[in-house]
Amino acid sequence: MADRPPAEGDRTAAKAGDNRPALSLHVPEPKFRPGDTVDFSHIEVPEAGAQPRPDETTDPKDMRDFAYGLIRVLGDDHKAHGPWDPKLDPETLRTMLGHMAMTRAFDERMFRGQRQGKTSFYMKCTGEEATSVSASMALAGDDMIFPSYRQQGILIQRGYPMIEMINQIYSNKGDKLKGRQLPIMYSSREHSFFSISGNLATQTPQAVGWAMASAIKGDSRIAATWVGEGSTAEGDFHSACLFATVYNAPVILNVVNNQWAISSFSGFAGAERATFAARGLGYGIASLRVDGNDPLACYAAEQWAANRARANAGPTVIEFFSYRAEGHSTSDDPSGYRSAQERDEWPLGDPVMRLKNHLIAIGEWDEERQQAMDLEAAEYVKKTTKEAEANGILGHGLHHPFRTMFEDVFEELPWHLQEQAEQAIRERETKFPGGLDL
Amino acid sequence: MIEAINEALDISMAKDPDVVVMGEDVGYFGGVFRCTAGLQEKYGKTRVFDTPISECGIIAVAVGMGAYGLRPVPEIQFADYIYPGLDQLISEAARLRYRSAGEYIAPMTVRSPFGGGIFGGQTHSQSPEAIFAHVAGLKTVIPATPYDAKGLLISAIEDNDPVIFFEPKRIYNGPFSGYYDKPVQPWKKFDASIVPEGHYKIPLGKARLATEGEELTIIAYGTMVHVVEAVCAEKGVEADIIDLRTIVPLDIEAIEASVKKTGRCLIVHEATRTAGFGAELSALVTERCFYHLEAPVERVTGFDTPYPHSLEWAYFPGPVRIGEALDKILSE
Ligand SMILES: Cc1ncc(C[n+]2csc(CCOP(=O)(O)OP(=O)(O)O)c2C)c(N)n1
Repeated sequence: MADRPPAEGDRTAAKAGDNRPALSLHVPEPKFRPGDTVDFSHIEVPEAGAQPRPDETTDPKDMRDFAYGLIRVLGDDHKAHGPWDPKLDPETLRTMLGHMAMTRAFDERMFRGQRQGKTSFYMKCTGEEATSVSASMALAGDDMIFPSYRQQGILIQRGYPMIEMINQIYSNKGDKLKGRQLPIMYSSREHSFFSISGNLATQTPQAVGWAMASAIKGDSRIAATWVGEGSTAEGDFHSACLFATVYNAPVILNVVNNQWAISSFSGFAGAERATFAARGLGYGIASLRVDGNDPLACYAAEQWAANRARANAGPTVIEFFSYRAEGHSTSDDPSGYRSAQERDEWPLGDPVMRLKNHLIAIGEWDEERQQAMDLEAAEYVKKTTKEAEANGILGHGLHHPFRTMFEDVFEELPWHLQEQAEQAIRERETKFPGGLDL
Repeated sequence: MIEAINEALDISMAKDPDVVVMGEDVGYFGGVFRCTAGLQEKYGKTRVFDTPISECGIIAVAVGMGAYGLRPVPEIQFADYIYPGLDQLISEAARLRYRSAGEYIAPMTVRSPFGGGIFGGQTHSQSPEAIFAHVAGLKTVIPATPYDAKGLLISAIEDNDPVIFFEPKRIYNGPFSGYYDKPVQPWKKFDASIVPEGHYKIPLGKARLATEGEELTIIAYGTMVHVVEAVCAEKGVEADIIDLRTIVPLDIEAIEASVKKTGRCLIVHEATRTAGFGAELSALVTERCFYHLEAPVERVTGFDTPYPHSLEWAYFPGPVRIGEALDKILSE
C-alpha cells in the first residue's frame, strides 16, 4: 500500500486552520425496519376523483402536477369518482375481478409448487394485480407487451393458456421454451408478449424500438413496457425515455413502484427526491402517477396513454404507486429487512378487495359470488397444474431431449455444436445405459 | 466460503478506513448471498451501503472513488449482471492507470458470484472470466477454497489495480463433486475450510497444487477444481491438479513445470468452450511444452450454448465428460 498516493480526504482534513465544513454522505434509509411500528401517514393520498383528466394530446409541459399527484378513482365509499372514472360496465368489471382472482390463485399454487420442490423458483405479484390485469385490459390484444417478471396477470388477462405457463415454470417436456428459461420467464409471440429477460430494464428501450418500428411502418399497434421502480436506475430505462421522446414513439413506459427492490427500498432508486413519474418530465414525456391498487385508476391511466400513443401524441410514463405484499421471490425473506406490518398498514388497500367492494357497492356482486369465484379459480388452477404435471416437474426426467439444448443457438446447427450435441448424448448414455429419451 | 469472504472484508475494512463496500442489497440486508452480513452495522452506512440497481453506475462510481483515493469493493449481485457495467470496466477502470501514465488509478475489487449449478437459468449461471482475461489492465481472481477466498480477497483489496473477484457460488457452502444428486458436505468437514483468524494474504498470480501426481496435469479453477479432484479419486488417476486461483496474472511457471513433468495436460472450465480461457491455456502449453507432450492438450468445458435451466446438469462439465477426456489423454 505504500506506493499509493494518500487519499485526498486525508490531505484536506489535515490542513491547519481550515474551517470549511466537513462534507457528509447521505445514504437513504427506509422509514421502517423489522420491529418498527409502521406509520404511513407521510404518504399523501388525495381524495378519489379530485384529479382532473387532461386531454390526451396535452403538452407534457402542462402536465407537471400529474407526475407528482396520484390519480385515484375508487373512494373509501367504494364508489367511482371523478373524471378518471373509465365508466366500465359491470360485466367488464366482473371480468377484471375474475382475472385478478385467477392471478392470485395461480400465484398461490405456484408458490406452493416451488416449496414442494416442483420447480426452482417463483415470483408472486400479490397486491400488484391491478397494475397488470387492469392496465392490460385497456390495451388492444395485439398491442405489444414488453414485460418484466411480475406481469403474469397480463398473460392471464390475454387468455394465454395457463397450462403453458405452468409447463414453463416446471421446465417440463411441454414447456414451449424447452426448459431453457428460469421459471416465470414466459414468452408468447401469439399473445404479443415479448420474451422476458433476467437482466433488468433491458426490455424498456426494446419496447421503444418496437414502437418506433410500428410508426416507421405506419402500423396502428402500440407498445407498452413494464419495469420495477428499482430497475429504473438502470441506464436502459433512461435510454428508453430519451428515444421515446426524441422520436415521439407510440409507447407506454409503465413503472410499477411496489416500494421494494429485493431488500432495497425505493429510496435507492431515487424516490426520496422525485416521483418515478417525474422521471418522464425531464425528457418531455407526459407522465402520470396513479394509485396502483385502484383497478379503475390503473385502467383509466393506461387507456389515456394508449389513446395518446394512437393519436400520435407521443409516449407516456405511468408510475403505478403500489406495494409488494409478498417477498421478492421464493428465494427471499422480507422479514429480514422490513416491518412485518407494512403489508396490512399499506394505505391504498388491496386491489382485489377494492374492486370486489366496488362491485358490491354498485349492487353488481356479493360475497357469495366472490367466494364461488375464488373457489372456481383455485379449482381451475389445481386442475391445470395436474395436467401440466403429467408433462413432468423440474428435475424429474420429463424434460426436453438433450439435443434441443443445442438448437436455436443459431438458425442452423454449426459443426461445433453438432459435435457437442453428440457428446451430450454420449454422456447421457454413459450415465444411463439402456437410454432414456435423448 | 461465505464466512471467509465476510471475514476478508471485515479485516480489510478494519485495517484501512479507505475500504468501502457497496452494491445492490449489500448494506442493511448483508447481500443476497449474505457475504456482507453485519458489515454495515459495524462500519456504518457511509462505508457499507446499498446502491441503485445500476451496474454501470456502481462501477463508474467506484472508478471515481478510486481516483479520490478510496478502495471500493463493489458487489455485482450476479456475474451475469456485470455486462451493463462493462464499458466502465473495460474502457475506464482497466485503462485509467495506462492512459494517465500512472497519475490516476482505479484500485477497486469487483466481487461477483459466478458459475452455474444452482438452477439459475441463463441469467444467473454464466462464467464470463474469459472476457475479463482478454482486457488489458484487469486482474481476474477465482478462489476454490475458503482459505484461498479470504487470502486472495485481502490481496485483491490491497492491490492497486482493478481486480475482478469471481466467487463460484456452487461451492459457497461446500465443495462439489460434480454429482448433483449426491448431498453436499459442508465446508466444515474439509481441511481447505480451515481459515486462520486475522490478516493473511495469498499473492495474486500464484497457483496452488491441489493434488500431486505423475500421470498428467489438470488445470482448473473455482468449482471445477473439486469436480476434477473427485473424478481423479474415483478413477484412481494420479494427477497434478493445478488450481490457478488467478487467471490474470497467470502462474505460467507452475503450469510449465508440471506439464514438463507429466507430459500430458487437461484443461477444465465451466464456461463455454469457444474462445474460452482454456483456449489460451492450451495455446500456452503447446507453445512452451510442445516437445514434452505425449498427447494433445485436451479441453473439457461447458457447451457453446447459453446455460439452460432444466438441462443444467447436461450442460455442466461433469464426471462423465471429464472421465472421457481422461481416458483419451491417458491412452495416447
Ligand atoms: C441487470 C440486473 N442487475 C441485478 C439483477 C438482480 N435483481 C433481480 S430482481 C432485482 C430487484 C428489482 O427490483 P424492482 O425493479 O423494484 O422490481 P420488483 O422486483 O420490486 O418488482 C434485482 C436487483 C438483475 N436481475 N439484473
